[in-house]
Amino acid sequence: MSQLPKPNTGELREKYPDVFDRPASARLAMPAMIAAALAVFVFGLVDLDFSPTKLITGISQLGWITMMMIPPNPGSSFPLYMQALGETLSIALLGTTLAAVMALPVSLLAARNIIPSNLIRFPVRRFLDSIRGIDTLIWALVWINVVGLGPFAGVLAIAVSDFGAFGKLFSEAIEAADRKQVEGIRASGGNALHEIRFGLLPQVLPVIAGQVLYFIESNTRSATIIGIVGAGGIGLQLAEQIRVLEWQHVSFLILMILIAVAVIDFISGKLRFAIIGQRAVA
Amino acid sequence: MATAVSTLPAQQLAALNDAYRKAVARKRLKATLAVAVFCAALLIAALGAEVNLRTLFTYFGNFVSYFDRILTLDSGARVWTNPVEWFWGWKKWLKLLGETLLISYVGTLIGAVFAFALNFFAAQNTSPAPWLRFVVRRLLEFARTVPGIVFALIFVIAFGLGPMAGVLAIAIHSTGALGKLFAEIVENADMKPVEGIRSTGASWLSCMRFAVLPQVSAGYASYALLRFEINVREASVMGFVGAGGIGQELVVAIRKFYYSDVSAILVMVIVTVFIIDISTGWLRARLFGKETRR
Repeated sequence: MSQLPKPNTGELREKYPDVFDRPASARLAMPAMIAAALAVFVFGLVDLDFSPTKLITGISQLGWITMMMIPPNPGSSFPLYMQALGETLSIALLGTTLAAVMALPVSLLAARNIIPSNLIRFPVRRFLDSIRGIDTLIWALVWINVVGLGPFAGVLAIAVSDFGAFGKLFSEAIEAADRKQVEGIRASGGNALHEIRFGLLPQVLPVIAGQVLYFIESNTRSATIIGIVGAGGIGLQLAEQIRVLEWQHVSFLILMILIAVAVIDFISGKLRFAIIGQRAVA
Repeated sequence: MATAVSTLPAQQLAALNDAYRKAVARKRLKATLAVAVFCAALLIAALGAEVNLRTLFTYFGNFVSYFDRILTLDSGARVWTNPVEWFWGWKKWLKLLGETLLISYVGTLIGAVFAFALNFFAAQNTSPAPWLRFVVRRLLEFARTVPGIVFALIFVIAFGLGPMAGVLAIAIHSTGALGKLFAEIVENADMKPVEGIRSTGASWLSCMRFAVLPQVSAGYASYALLRFEINVREASVMGFVGAGGIGQELVVAIRKFYYSDVSAILVMVIVTVFIIDISTGWLRARLFGKETRR
Protein backbone atom coordinates (compact mmCIF):
# COMPACT_ATOMS: atom_id res chain seq x y z
CA MET A 1 0.00 0.00 0.00
CA SER A 2 1.49 3.24 -1.09
CA GLN A 3 1.65 6.05 1.35
CA LEU A 4 0.94 9.66 0.62
CA PRO A 5 3.89 11.95 1.26
CA LYS A 6 3.68 13.72 4.58
CA PRO A 7 2.28 17.21 3.99
CA ASN A 8 4.73 19.97 4.61
CA THR A 9 2.66 22.39 6.62
CA GLY A 10 5.09 25.22 6.43
CA GLU A 11 5.23 25.11 2.66
CA LEU A 12 1.45 24.83 2.32
CA ARG A 13 1.03 27.73 4.69
CA GLU A 14 3.24 29.86 2.53
CA LYS A 15 1.49 28.77 -0.66
CA TYR A 16 -2.07 29.44 0.47
CA PRO A 17 -1.89 32.32 2.90
CA ASP A 18 -5.58 33.20 2.58
CA VAL A 19 -6.63 29.74 3.74
CA PHE A 20 -4.30 29.48 6.74
CA ASP A 21 -3.99 33.08 7.84
CA ARG A 22 -7.38 34.59 7.39
CA PRO A 23 -7.65 37.93 9.10
CA ALA A 24 -9.21 37.78 12.55
CA SER A 25 -12.14 39.89 11.37
CA ALA A 26 -13.12 37.29 8.77
CA ARG A 27 -12.60 34.34 11.12
CA LEU A 28 -14.56 35.88 13.97
CA ALA A 29 -17.37 37.51 11.97
CA MET A 30 -19.60 34.45 11.78
CA PRO A 31 -19.25 33.28 15.42
CA ALA A 32 -19.68 36.86 16.60
CA MET A 33 -22.88 37.24 14.59
CA ILE A 34 -24.24 33.96 15.91
CA ALA A 35 -23.30 34.90 19.48
CA ALA A 36 -25.01 38.28 19.10
CA ALA A 37 -28.13 36.67 17.62
CA LEU A 38 -28.23 34.17 20.47
CA ALA A 39 -27.68 36.87 23.08
CA VAL A 40 -30.65 38.87 21.76
CA PHE A 41 -32.69 35.66 21.67
CA VAL A 42 -31.93 34.83 25.30
CA PHE A 43 -32.58 38.42 26.34
CA GLY A 44 -35.90 38.19 24.49
CA LEU A 45 -36.87 34.97 26.26
CA VAL A 46 -36.16 36.56 29.65
CA ASP A 47 -37.81 39.87 28.82
CA LEU A 48 -40.95 38.22 27.43
CA ASP A 49 -41.45 36.13 30.59
CA PHE A 50 -40.67 32.75 29.14
CA SER A 51 -40.42 30.11 31.82
CA PRO A 52 -40.23 26.33 31.56
CA THR A 53 -43.11 25.85 33.99
CA LYS A 54 -45.33 28.16 31.96
CA LEU A 55 -44.33 26.40 28.78
CA ILE A 56 -45.06 22.94 30.18
CA THR A 57 -48.45 23.86 31.66
CA GLY A 58 -49.29 25.66 28.46
CA ILE A 59 -48.41 22.71 26.28
CA SER A 60 -50.39 20.32 28.45
CA GLN A 61 -53.31 22.75 28.23
CA LEU A 62 -52.87 22.84 24.49
CA GLY A 63 -52.87 19.07 24.32
CA TRP A 64 -56.07 19.01 26.31
CA ILE A 65 -57.63 21.61 24.01
CA THR A 66 -56.63 19.57 20.96
CA MET A 67 -58.26 16.51 22.49
CA MET A 68 -61.44 18.53 23.02
CA MET A 69 -61.39 19.64 19.39
CA ILE A 70 -61.82 16.11 18.05
CA PRO A 71 -64.09 15.42 16.31
CA PRO A 72 -64.96 18.74 14.64
CA ASN A 73 -68.65 19.31 15.11
CA PRO A 74 -70.65 22.44 14.35
CA GLY A 75 -73.68 21.37 16.38
CA SER A 76 -76.80 23.15 15.20
CA SER A 77 -74.95 26.26 14.07
CA PHE A 78 -73.89 24.93 10.70
CA PRO A 79 -76.18 27.21 8.62
CA LEU A 80 -74.99 30.18 10.64
CA TYR A 81 -71.36 29.31 9.93
CA MET A 82 -72.02 28.84 6.22
CA GLN A 83 -73.61 32.25 6.16
CA ALA A 84 -70.58 33.69 7.97
CA LEU A 85 -68.28 32.07 5.44
CA GLY A 86 -70.31 33.61 2.61
CA GLU A 87 -70.00 36.94 4.36
CA THR A 88 -66.22 36.51 4.54
CA LEU A 89 -65.98 35.74 0.83
CA SER A 90 -68.21 38.73 0.08
CA ILE A 91 -65.98 40.96 2.18
CA ALA A 92 -62.88 39.81 0.32
CA LEU A 93 -64.45 40.23 -3.13
CA LEU A 94 -66.04 43.62 -2.52
CA GLY A 95 -63.10 45.03 -0.57
CA THR A 96 -60.59 44.07 -3.23
CA THR A 97 -62.74 45.38 -6.08
CA LEU A 98 -63.35 48.66 -4.32
CA ALA A 99 -59.63 49.00 -3.63
CA ALA A 100 -58.75 48.31 -7.26
CA VAL A 101 -61.28 50.83 -8.55
CA MET A 102 -59.99 53.52 -6.21
CA ALA A 103 -56.34 52.73 -6.77
CA LEU A 104 -56.36 52.87 -10.58
CA PRO A 105 -56.61 56.68 -10.96
CA VAL A 106 -54.25 57.29 -8.04
CA SER A 107 -51.67 54.89 -9.43
CA LEU A 108 -51.56 57.00 -12.61
CA LEU A 109 -50.47 59.90 -10.43
CA ALA A 110 -47.71 57.76 -8.87
CA ALA A 111 -46.29 56.47 -12.17
CA ARG A 112 -43.15 58.13 -13.48
CA ASN A 113 -44.05 57.91 -17.17
CA ILE A 114 -47.37 59.71 -16.66
CA ILE A 115 -46.47 62.32 -14.09
CA PRO A 116 -42.85 63.27 -14.67
CA SER A 117 -42.93 65.90 -11.92
CA ASN A 118 -41.52 64.77 -8.58
CA LEU A 119 -43.65 67.37 -6.86
CA ILE A 120 -46.86 65.33 -7.27
CA ARG A 121 -45.42 61.84 -7.47
CA PHE A 122 -43.41 61.96 -4.26
CA PRO A 123 -46.24 62.88 -1.87
CA VAL A 124 -48.60 60.43 -3.59
CA ARG A 125 -46.07 57.62 -3.11
CA ARG A 126 -45.42 58.46 0.55
CA PHE A 127 -49.18 58.63 1.11
CA LEU A 128 -49.60 55.14 -0.34
CA ASP A 129 -46.63 53.89 1.73
CA SER A 130 -48.12 55.09 4.99
CA ILE A 131 -51.50 53.53 4.18
CA ARG A 132 -49.70 50.26 3.57
CA GLY A 133 -47.77 50.56 6.84
CA ILE A 134 -51.00 50.24 8.83
CA ASP A 135 -52.34 46.72 9.26
CA THR A 136 -55.80 45.71 7.99
CA LEU A 137 -56.89 44.96 11.55
CA ILE A 138 -56.16 48.54 12.59
CA TRP A 139 -58.15 49.87 9.64
CA ALA A 140 -60.99 47.57 10.67
CA LEU A 141 -60.99 49.09 14.15
CA VAL A 142 -61.05 52.59 12.69
CA TRP A 143 -63.94 51.78 10.32
CA ILE A 144 -65.90 50.15 13.13
CA ASN A 145 -65.74 53.51 14.85
CA VAL A 146 -67.15 55.15 11.73
CA VAL A 147 -69.83 52.80 10.31
CA GLY A 148 -70.45 50.56 13.29
CA LEU A 149 -69.89 46.84 13.89
CA GLY A 150 -70.53 44.46 10.99
CA PRO A 151 -69.21 43.21 7.67
CA PHE A 152 -69.46 46.61 6.00
CA ALA A 153 -66.64 47.87 8.21
CA GLY A 154 -64.62 44.86 7.07
CA VAL A 155 -65.20 45.68 3.39
CA LEU A 156 -64.01 49.23 3.92
CA ALA A 157 -61.00 48.10 5.98
CA ILE A 158 -59.83 45.74 3.24
CA ALA A 159 -60.57 48.36 0.59
CA VAL A 160 -58.44 50.99 2.32
CA SER A 161 -55.48 48.80 3.20
CA ASP A 162 -55.36 47.24 -0.27
CA PHE A 163 -55.72 50.65 -1.82
CA GLY A 164 -52.18 51.33 -0.62
CA ALA A 165 -50.81 48.07 -1.96
CA PHE A 166 -52.63 48.32 -5.29
CA GLY A 167 -51.54 51.92 -5.81
CA LYS A 168 -47.93 50.82 -5.60
CA LEU A 169 -48.30 47.65 -7.70
CA PHE A 170 -50.39 49.33 -10.41
CA SER A 171 -47.99 52.25 -10.72
CA GLU A 172 -45.14 49.79 -11.14
CA ALA A 173 -47.09 47.96 -13.85
CA ILE A 174 -47.74 51.27 -15.61
CA GLU A 175 -44.09 52.25 -15.41
CA ALA A 176 -43.12 48.95 -17.00
CA ALA A 177 -45.50 49.54 -19.95
CA ASP A 178 -44.15 50.14 -23.42
CA ARG A 179 -43.81 53.80 -24.41
CA LYS A 180 -44.19 53.29 -28.16
CA GLN A 181 -47.92 52.64 -28.23
CA VAL A 182 -48.57 55.82 -26.30
CA GLU A 183 -46.44 57.73 -28.77
CA GLY A 184 -48.39 56.19 -31.62
CA ILE A 185 -51.65 57.50 -30.18
CA ARG A 186 -50.13 60.93 -29.73
CA ALA A 187 -48.83 60.94 -33.30
CA SER A 188 -52.32 60.27 -34.62
CA GLY A 189 -53.61 63.27 -32.68
CA GLY A 190 -54.96 61.75 -29.46
CA ASN A 191 -55.07 63.82 -26.29
CA ALA A 192 -53.67 62.77 -22.90
CA LEU A 193 -56.79 60.80 -21.94
CA HIS A 194 -56.76 58.98 -25.28
CA GLU A 195 -53.14 58.05 -24.68
CA ILE A 196 -54.03 56.48 -21.34
CA ARG A 197 -57.17 54.77 -22.58
CA PHE A 198 -55.87 53.33 -25.86
CA GLY A 199 -52.10 53.33 -25.41
CA LEU A 200 -51.61 52.34 -21.80
CA LEU A 201 -54.66 50.53 -20.46
CA PRO A 202 -54.61 47.63 -22.96
CA GLN A 203 -51.04 46.90 -21.85
CA VAL A 204 -51.53 47.12 -18.10
CA LEU A 205 -55.06 45.74 -17.74
CA PRO A 206 -54.10 42.03 -17.85
CA VAL A 207 -51.31 42.60 -15.33
CA ILE A 208 -53.69 44.46 -13.07
CA ALA A 209 -56.39 41.78 -13.43
CA GLY A 210 -53.87 39.15 -12.36
CA GLN A 211 -52.87 41.14 -9.32
CA VAL A 212 -56.47 41.79 -8.33
CA LEU A 213 -57.23 38.07 -8.51
CA TYR A 214 -54.19 37.28 -6.40
CA PHE A 215 -55.32 39.81 -3.82
CA ILE A 216 -58.86 38.39 -3.71
CA GLU A 217 -57.17 35.11 -2.86
CA SER A 218 -54.97 36.53 -0.12
CA ASN A 219 -57.79 38.71 1.18
CA THR A 220 -59.89 35.62 1.85
CA ARG A 221 -57.34 34.97 4.58
CA SER A 222 -57.35 38.59 5.78
CA ALA A 223 -61.14 38.63 5.79
CA THR A 224 -61.21 35.62 8.10
CA ILE A 225 -59.26 37.51 10.75
CA ILE A 226 -60.80 40.97 10.67
CA GLY A 227 -63.90 39.42 12.20
CA ILE A 228 -61.87 38.99 15.38
CA VAL A 229 -62.13 42.71 16.09
CA GLY A 230 -65.84 42.73 15.20
CA ALA A 231 -65.89 43.42 11.45
CA GLY A 232 -68.10 40.50 10.46
CA GLY A 233 -67.52 37.23 8.71
CA ILE A 234 -66.32 33.88 9.95
CA GLY A 235 -63.62 35.41 12.16
CA LEU A 236 -66.30 36.84 14.41
CA GLN A 237 -67.80 33.36 14.92
CA LEU A 238 -64.34 31.88 15.45
CA ALA A 239 -63.33 34.44 18.07
CA GLU A 240 -66.65 33.98 19.87
CA GLN A 241 -66.42 30.19 19.91
CA ILE A 242 -62.83 30.39 21.22
CA ARG A 243 -63.91 32.76 23.98
CA VAL A 244 -66.71 30.46 25.11
CA LEU A 245 -64.37 27.43 24.82
CA GLU A 246 -66.55 25.50 22.35
CA TRP A 247 -63.56 23.65 20.95
CA GLN A 248 -65.46 21.33 18.60
CA HIS A 249 -67.02 24.36 16.93
CA VAL A 250 -63.59 26.00 16.76
CA SER A 251 -61.98 23.09 14.98
CA PHE A 252 -64.91 22.90 12.58
CA LEU A 253 -64.59 26.60 11.77
CA ILE A 254 -60.84 26.26 11.20
CA LEU A 255 -61.52 23.36 8.89
CA MET A 256 -64.06 25.44 6.98
CA ILE A 257 -61.52 28.24 6.58
CA LEU A 258 -58.87 25.82 5.32
CA ILE A 259 -61.22 24.33 2.75
CA ALA A 260 -62.52 27.72 1.59
CA VAL A 261 -58.99 29.06 1.17
CA ALA A 262 -57.95 25.99 -0.79
CA VAL A 263 -60.99 26.28 -3.10
CA ILE A 264 -60.42 29.99 -3.74
CA ASP A 265 -56.73 29.34 -4.39
CA PHE A 266 -57.65 26.76 -6.97
CA ILE A 267 -60.25 28.91 -8.76
CA SER A 268 -58.17 32.04 -8.84
CA GLY A 269 -55.13 30.09 -9.99
CA LYS A 270 -57.15 28.84 -12.98
CA LEU A 271 -58.57 32.28 -13.73
CA ARG A 272 -55.20 33.95 -13.43
CA PHE A 273 -53.74 31.50 -15.87
CA ALA A 274 -56.64 32.14 -18.26
CA ILE A 275 -56.07 35.90 -18.13
CA ILE A 276 -52.30 36.21 -18.02
CA GLY A 277 -51.20 32.88 -19.39
CA GLN A 278 -52.50 33.61 -22.89
CA ARG A 279 -51.10 37.11 -22.98
CA ALA A 280 -47.73 36.01 -21.70
CA VAL A 281 -47.49 33.42 -24.45
CA ALA A 282 -48.73 35.73 -27.22
CA MET B 1 -50.69 72.87 -41.06
CA ALA B 2 -53.49 71.23 -42.91
CA THR B 3 -52.87 67.84 -44.43
CA ALA B 4 -55.31 65.73 -46.39
CA VAL B 5 -55.53 62.04 -45.47
CA SER B 6 -56.57 60.02 -48.45
CA THR B 7 -59.45 57.62 -47.77
CA LEU B 8 -60.27 54.42 -49.59
CA PRO B 9 -63.30 54.18 -51.84
CA ALA B 10 -66.52 53.51 -49.96
CA GLN B 11 -66.99 49.97 -51.19
CA GLN B 12 -63.54 48.81 -50.15
CA LEU B 13 -63.87 50.60 -46.85
CA ALA B 14 -67.19 48.91 -46.10
CA ALA B 15 -65.70 45.46 -46.60
CA LEU B 16 -62.75 46.24 -44.32
CA ASN B 17 -64.97 47.78 -41.65
CA ASP B 18 -67.20 44.76 -41.76
CA ALA B 19 -64.32 42.36 -41.17
CA TYR B 20 -63.02 44.55 -38.39
CA ARG B 21 -66.40 44.70 -36.67
CA LYS B 22 -66.80 40.95 -36.81
CA ALA B 23 -63.39 40.45 -35.25
CA VAL B 24 -64.11 42.88 -32.48
CA ALA B 25 -67.68 41.77 -31.80
CA ARG B 26 -66.63 38.33 -30.51
CA LYS B 27 -64.08 39.80 -28.18
CA ARG B 28 -66.57 42.40 -26.97
CA LEU B 29 -69.19 39.75 -26.29
CA LYS B 30 -66.72 37.75 -24.19
CA ALA B 31 -65.63 40.80 -22.24
CA THR B 32 -69.23 41.90 -21.66
CA LEU B 33 -70.13 38.43 -20.41
CA ALA B 34 -67.17 38.39 -18.01
CA VAL B 35 -68.07 41.84 -16.72
CA ALA B 36 -71.72 40.80 -16.29
CA VAL B 37 -70.76 37.72 -14.29
CA PHE B 38 -68.39 39.78 -12.18
CA CYS B 39 -71.05 42.43 -11.53
CA ALA B 40 -73.54 39.76 -10.53
CA ALA B 41 -70.99 38.31 -8.09
CA LEU B 42 -70.40 41.79 -6.69
CA LEU B 43 -74.13 42.33 -6.26
CA ILE B 44 -74.54 39.07 -4.37
CA ALA B 45 -71.49 39.92 -2.30
CA ALA B 46 -72.88 43.35 -1.54
CA LEU B 47 -76.10 41.80 -0.24
CA GLY B 48 -74.10 39.28 1.79
CA ALA B 49 -71.84 41.89 3.33
CA GLU B 50 -74.75 44.12 4.28
CA VAL B 51 -73.37 47.00 2.28
CA ASN B 52 -75.37 50.07 3.00
CA LEU B 53 -74.42 52.98 0.83
CA ARG B 54 -76.61 55.33 2.80
CA THR B 55 -74.63 54.50 5.94
CA LEU B 56 -71.43 55.13 4.05
CA PHE B 57 -72.60 58.49 2.72
CA THR B 58 -74.00 59.55 6.08
CA TYR B 59 -70.91 58.56 7.98
CA PHE B 60 -68.17 59.18 5.44
CA GLY B 61 -67.78 62.59 7.00
CA ASN B 62 -66.99 60.73 10.21
CA PHE B 63 -64.13 58.93 8.52
CA VAL B 64 -62.56 62.17 7.39
CA SER B 65 -63.24 63.90 10.66
CA TYR B 66 -61.81 60.86 12.49
CA PHE B 67 -58.42 61.75 11.05
CA ASP B 68 -59.08 65.35 11.92
CA ARG B 69 -59.78 64.30 15.49
CA ILE B 70 -56.80 61.97 15.91
CA LEU B 71 -54.58 64.83 14.79
CA THR B 72 -55.98 67.18 17.42
CA LEU B 73 -54.82 67.37 21.01
CA ASP B 74 -57.23 67.63 23.95
CA SER B 75 -56.45 71.32 24.11
CA GLY B 76 -57.79 71.76 20.57
CA ALA B 77 -54.41 72.51 18.99
CA ARG B 78 -52.95 70.48 16.11
CA VAL B 79 -50.71 67.65 17.32
CA TRP B 80 -47.54 68.83 15.62
CA THR B 81 -47.65 72.17 17.41
CA ASN B 82 -46.90 70.41 20.67
CA PRO B 83 -44.93 67.20 20.12
CA VAL B 84 -44.17 66.84 23.83
CA GLU B 85 -47.83 66.50 24.66
CA TRP B 86 -48.55 64.41 21.54
CA PHE B 87 -45.95 61.82 22.48
CA TRP B 88 -46.57 62.14 26.22
CA GLY B 89 -46.32 58.38 26.72
CA TRP B 90 -43.28 57.82 24.52
CA LYS B 91 -41.33 55.97 27.23
CA LYS B 92 -44.07 53.39 27.70
CA TRP B 93 -44.75 53.15 23.96
CA LEU B 94 -41.09 52.75 23.07
CA LYS B 95 -40.82 49.94 25.63
CA LEU B 96 -43.87 48.24 24.08
CA LEU B 97 -42.47 48.74 20.60
CA GLY B 98 -39.26 47.10 21.81
CA GLU B 99 -41.37 44.24 23.12
CA THR B 100 -43.08 44.00 19.72
CA LEU B 101 -39.71 43.78 17.98
CA LEU B 102 -38.52 41.15 20.46
CA ILE B 103 -41.70 39.11 19.92
CA SER B 104 -41.16 39.09 16.19
CA TYR B 105 -37.43 38.40 16.57
CA VAL B 106 -37.82 35.48 18.96
CA GLY B 107 -40.82 34.17 17.01
CA THR B 108 -38.98 34.35 13.71
CA LEU B 109 -35.91 32.64 15.16
CA ILE B 110 -37.90 29.78 16.69
CA GLY B 111 -39.89 29.45 13.48
CA ALA B 112 -36.71 29.45 11.40
CA VAL B 113 -35.14 26.75 13.58
CA PHE B 114 -38.21 24.51 13.26
CA ALA B 115 -38.47 25.20 9.54
CA PHE B 116 -34.78 24.37 9.25
CA ALA B 117 -35.28 21.10 11.07
CA LEU B 118 -38.30 20.15 8.94
CA ASN B 119 -37.46 21.41 5.46
CA PHE B 120 -35.06 18.60 4.53
CA PHE B 121 -37.91 16.17 5.11
CA ALA B 122 -40.29 18.26 2.98
CA ALA B 123 -37.98 18.73 -0.01
CA GLN B 124 -38.44 16.20 -2.77
CA ASN B 125 -34.75 15.54 -3.41
CA THR B 126 -33.60 15.06 0.19
CA SER B 127 -36.58 13.51 1.97
CA PRO B 128 -35.70 10.05 3.30
CA ALA B 129 -39.21 8.61 2.79
CA PRO B 130 -42.27 9.66 0.72
CA TRP B 131 -44.74 9.22 3.57
CA LEU B 132 -42.60 11.42 5.82
CA ARG B 133 -42.52 14.07 3.13
CA PHE B 134 -46.30 13.96 2.77
CA VAL B 135 -46.86 14.32 6.53
CA VAL B 136 -44.37 17.18 6.93
CA ARG B 137 -45.79 19.02 3.92
CA ARG B 138 -49.37 18.83 5.24
CA LEU B 139 -48.16 19.98 8.65
CA LEU B 140 -46.41 23.01 7.17
CA GLU B 141 -49.45 23.79 5.03
CA PHE B 142 -51.67 23.79 8.08
CA ALA B 143 -49.30 26.05 10.02
CA ARG B 144 -49.18 28.43 7.08
CA THR B 145 -52.87 28.65 6.22
CA VAL B 146 -54.32 29.23 9.68
CA PRO B 147 -53.78 32.94 10.32
CA GLY B 148 -51.27 33.80 13.06
CA ILE B 149 -53.82 35.70 15.07
CA VAL B 150 -56.08 32.64 15.29
CA PHE B 151 -53.18 30.71 16.82
CA ALA B 152 -52.66 33.66 19.15
CA LEU B 153 -56.31 33.53 20.26
CA ILE B 154 -55.98 29.86 21.15
CA PHE B 155 -52.55 30.23 22.75
CA VAL B 156 -53.75 33.10 24.93
CA ILE B 157 -56.16 30.62 26.48
CA ALA B 158 -53.57 27.85 26.82
CA PHE B 159 -50.54 29.89 27.92
CA GLY B 160 -52.28 32.85 29.50
CA LEU B 161 -52.31 36.50 28.44
CA GLY B 162 -48.95 37.95 27.54
CA PRO B 163 -46.21 38.06 24.94
CA MET B 164 -45.48 34.33 25.16
CA ALA B 165 -48.69 33.49 23.28
CA GLY B 166 -47.76 36.02 20.61
CA VAL B 167 -44.26 34.61 20.22
CA LEU B 168 -45.53 31.05 19.83
CA ALA B 169 -48.25 32.09 17.37
CA ILE B 170 -45.70 33.90 15.22
CA ALA B 171 -43.28 30.98 15.57
CA ILE B 172 -45.86 28.48 14.27
CA HIS B 173 -46.96 30.65 11.39
CA SER B 174 -43.33 31.35 10.44
CA THR B 175 -42.51 27.65 10.60
CA GLY B 176 -45.16 26.97 7.98
CA ALA B 177 -44.20 29.84 5.69
CA LEU B 178 -40.43 29.42 6.00
CA GLY B 179 -40.57 25.62 5.84
CA LYS B 180 -42.13 25.81 2.40
CA LEU B 181 -39.67 28.41 1.11
CA PHE B 182 -36.67 26.58 2.61
CA ALA B 183 -37.78 23.31 1.02
CA GLU B 184 -38.02 25.07 -2.34
CA ILE B 185 -34.43 26.30 -1.98
CA VAL B 186 -33.27 22.77 -1.16
CA GLU B 187 -35.12 21.44 -4.19
CA ASN B 188 -33.19 23.86 -6.36
CA ALA B 189 -29.83 22.87 -4.85
CA ASP B 190 -27.23 20.97 -6.85
CA MET B 191 -27.30 17.23 -5.99
CA LYS B 192 -23.77 16.40 -7.17
CA PRO B 193 -22.10 17.32 -3.86
CA VAL B 194 -24.57 15.00 -2.11
CA GLU B 195 -23.51 12.13 -4.36
CA GLY B 196 -19.89 12.95 -3.63
CA ILE B 197 -20.38 12.85 0.11
CA ARG B 198 -22.54 9.72 -0.05
CA SER B 199 -19.87 7.91 -2.06
CA THR B 200 -17.51 8.31 0.90
CA GLY B 201 -20.00 6.31 2.96
CA ALA B 202 -21.48 9.21 4.89
CA SER B 203 -24.84 9.06 6.63
CA TRP B 204 -27.92 11.05 5.55
CA LEU B 205 -27.21 13.61 8.26
CA SER B 206 -23.65 14.25 7.07
CA CYS B 207 -24.89 14.53 3.50
CA MET B 208 -27.26 17.29 4.55
CA ARG B 209 -24.66 19.02 6.68
CA PHE B 210 -21.73 19.02 4.26
CA ALA B 211 -23.36 18.87 0.83
CA VAL B 212 -26.69 20.70 0.99
CA LEU B 213 -26.30 23.19 3.81
CA PRO B 214 -23.38 25.17 2.34
CA GLN B 215 -25.42 25.71 -0.82
CA VAL B 216 -28.60 26.87 0.83
CA SER B 217 -27.62 28.77 3.98
CA ALA B 218 -27.52 32.20 2.29
CA GLY B 219 -31.00 31.71 0.87
CA TYR B 220 -32.25 30.66 4.29
CA ALA B 221 -30.84 33.80 5.90
CA SER B 222 -32.41 35.99 3.25
CA TYR B 223 -35.89 34.48 3.62
CA ALA B 224 -35.66 34.54 7.42
CA LEU B 225 -34.88 38.26 7.32
CA LEU B 226 -37.80 38.87 4.97
CA ARG B 227 -40.05 36.94 7.35
CA PHE B 228 -38.81 39.02 10.28
CA GLU B 229 -39.93 42.11 8.40
CA ILE B 230 -43.42 40.64 7.88
CA ASN B 231 -43.58 39.45 11.47
CA VAL B 232 -42.93 42.94 12.84
CA ARG B 233 -46.21 44.05 11.23
CA GLU B 234 -47.95 40.95 12.50
CA ALA B 235 -46.60 41.40 16.03
CA SER B 236 -47.89 44.96 16.11
CA VAL B 237 -51.47 43.63 16.05
CA MET B 238 -50.93 40.60 18.32
CA GLY B 239 -51.85 42.84 21.25
CA PHE B 240 -55.42 43.07 19.89
CA VAL B 241 -56.12 39.62 21.29
CA GLY B 242 -53.95 40.11 24.38
CA ALA B 243 -50.77 38.51 23.07
CA GLY B 244 -48.38 41.31 23.96
CA GLY B 245 -46.71 44.22 22.21
CA ILE B 246 -47.88 47.68 21.17
CA GLY B 247 -51.22 46.42 19.84
CA GLN B 248 -52.69 46.28 23.32
CA GLU B 249 -52.08 49.97 23.86
CA LEU B 250 -53.35 50.82 20.37
CA VAL B 251 -56.60 48.90 20.70
CA VAL B 252 -57.29 50.57 24.05
CA ALA B 253 -56.60 53.99 22.55
CA ILE B 254 -58.92 53.33 19.58
CA ARG B 255 -61.75 51.82 21.61
CA LYS B 256 -61.63 54.48 24.32
CA PHE B 257 -61.33 57.36 21.84
CA TYR B 258 -57.97 58.69 23.09
CA TYR B 259 -57.65 60.41 19.74
CA SER B 260 -54.18 61.96 19.83
CA ASP B 261 -52.74 58.77 21.35
CA VAL B 262 -53.99 56.79 18.35
CA SER B 263 -52.11 58.98 15.91
CA ALA B 264 -48.98 59.04 18.10
CA ILE B 265 -48.85 55.23 18.34
CA LEU B 266 -49.64 54.83 14.64
CA VAL B 267 -46.83 57.22 13.73
CA MET B 268 -44.41 55.26 15.92
CA VAL B 269 -45.51 51.93 14.42
CA ILE B 270 -45.21 53.21 10.85
CA VAL B 271 -41.77 54.69 11.50
CA THR B 272 -40.59 51.45 13.14
CA VAL B 273 -41.88 49.31 10.27
CA PHE B 274 -40.21 51.70 7.84
CA ILE B 275 -36.85 51.51 9.66
CA ILE B 276 -37.02 47.71 9.88
CA ASP B 277 -37.87 47.47 6.16
CA ILE B 278 -34.91 49.62 5.18
CA SER B 279 -32.40 47.96 7.50
CA THR B 280 -33.34 44.38 6.62
CA GLY B 281 -33.26 45.35 2.95
CA TRP B 282 -29.74 46.69 3.46
CA LEU B 283 -28.67 43.62 5.41
CA ARG B 284 -30.06 41.27 2.78
CA ALA B 285 -28.29 43.14 0.01
CA ARG B 286 -25.04 42.80 2.00
CA LEU B 287 -25.49 39.10 2.74
CA PHE B 288 -26.37 38.29 -0.84
CA GLY B 289 -23.71 40.59 -2.24
CA LYS B 290 -21.04 38.76 -0.23
CA GLU B 291 -22.26 35.39 -1.43
CA THR B 292 -22.17 36.26 -5.11
CA ARG B 293 -18.74 37.83 -4.84
CA ARG B 294 -17.19 34.65 -3.46
